[in-house]
Amino acid sequence: MSITTTWYLLLAAILFSIGTTGLLVRRNPLIMFMCIELMLNAVNITFVSIGSHLNDLGGQLAVFFVLVVAAAEVVIGLALVVAIMRRRSRTNADDLKILGG
Amino acid sequence: METVVFLISAAVILSGALGVIFSKNPVHSALFMVQTLFGVAVLFVLLEATFLAAIQVIVYAGAIVILFVFVITLLGVDRAEDLKVEPISGQRPLAVVLGASIFGIILTVLIVAVGGPTGEQVANTPIGDATDNTKILGEALFSTHVFSVELTALLLTVAVVGAVVLSTRPTKPLISTLDKQQNDNLEDELEEKGEE
Repeated sequence: MSITTTWYLLLAAILFSIGTTGLLVRRNPLIMFMCIELMLNAVNITFVSIGSHLNDLGGQLAVFFVLVVAAAEVVIGLALVVAIMRRRSRTNADDLKILGG
Repeated sequence: METVVFLISAAVILSGALGVIFSKNPVHSALFMVQTLFGVAVLFVLLEATFLAAIQVIVYAGAIVILFVFVITLLGVDRAEDLKVEPISGQRPLAVVLGASIFGIILTVLIVAVGGPTGEQVANTPIGDATDNTKILGEALFSTHVFSVELTALLLTVAVVGAVVLSTRPTKPLISTLDKQQNDNLEDELEEKGEE
């Protein structure tokens, strides 16, 4: 049995689904961010494997930019979490239901 | 050989991902995420994307996870969330159903797309050997994609400035309004509890 691109895509699909489920189930904002990182990693696997399948460097270039965006997103997100935690003592996503008006 | 490496790293990736979801302690989740990220780095090596494998370890495992751990330290780990309590009834089964359906959609697309893309394939920049992957990637980034690289530099600068702005304490008038608002919110919450 040799490993083809389909196996990589299948693995990425499973990882993405796990990330989605975790994002919906967990209420700790930090773990929700980690689940987003899992989903981004799944997409990265897809990009690189398709790029290698088509012998195109574009997949790897896209992953490079995804990495930068992920870093920026985590920095801003964690700063927001810390800023929110300064005002409210609990770190639960449901406690921010006040946004509903 | 490739099969064995792939299967082992797939097991490492998936067990790490499940660990992130099911850990009660956020620190354990962060460590499980490191496990997943290393597995993905191994896959990148397997796909001959050596530069991305190095970046994956340095940026993700080295910087982003450390940032997570720092924030957990700041906020305290004693806030371990009780996984047994379900705040919204039916949230978990619905979430699992949604995750499974997303997996089903991707699987359907995969099955339909078996045989690969049908159109004519034109590679813009061919991938070279694993040995000069970094050179080729760098040349592509700083020639054809140089504008995007500059934009990411701008994005990172904006992110750093934004993080500093968000994490500095607000000046005095802002604090008083925020405090007033918070008191109002607390009163609202107390009222809600009283009604219940």
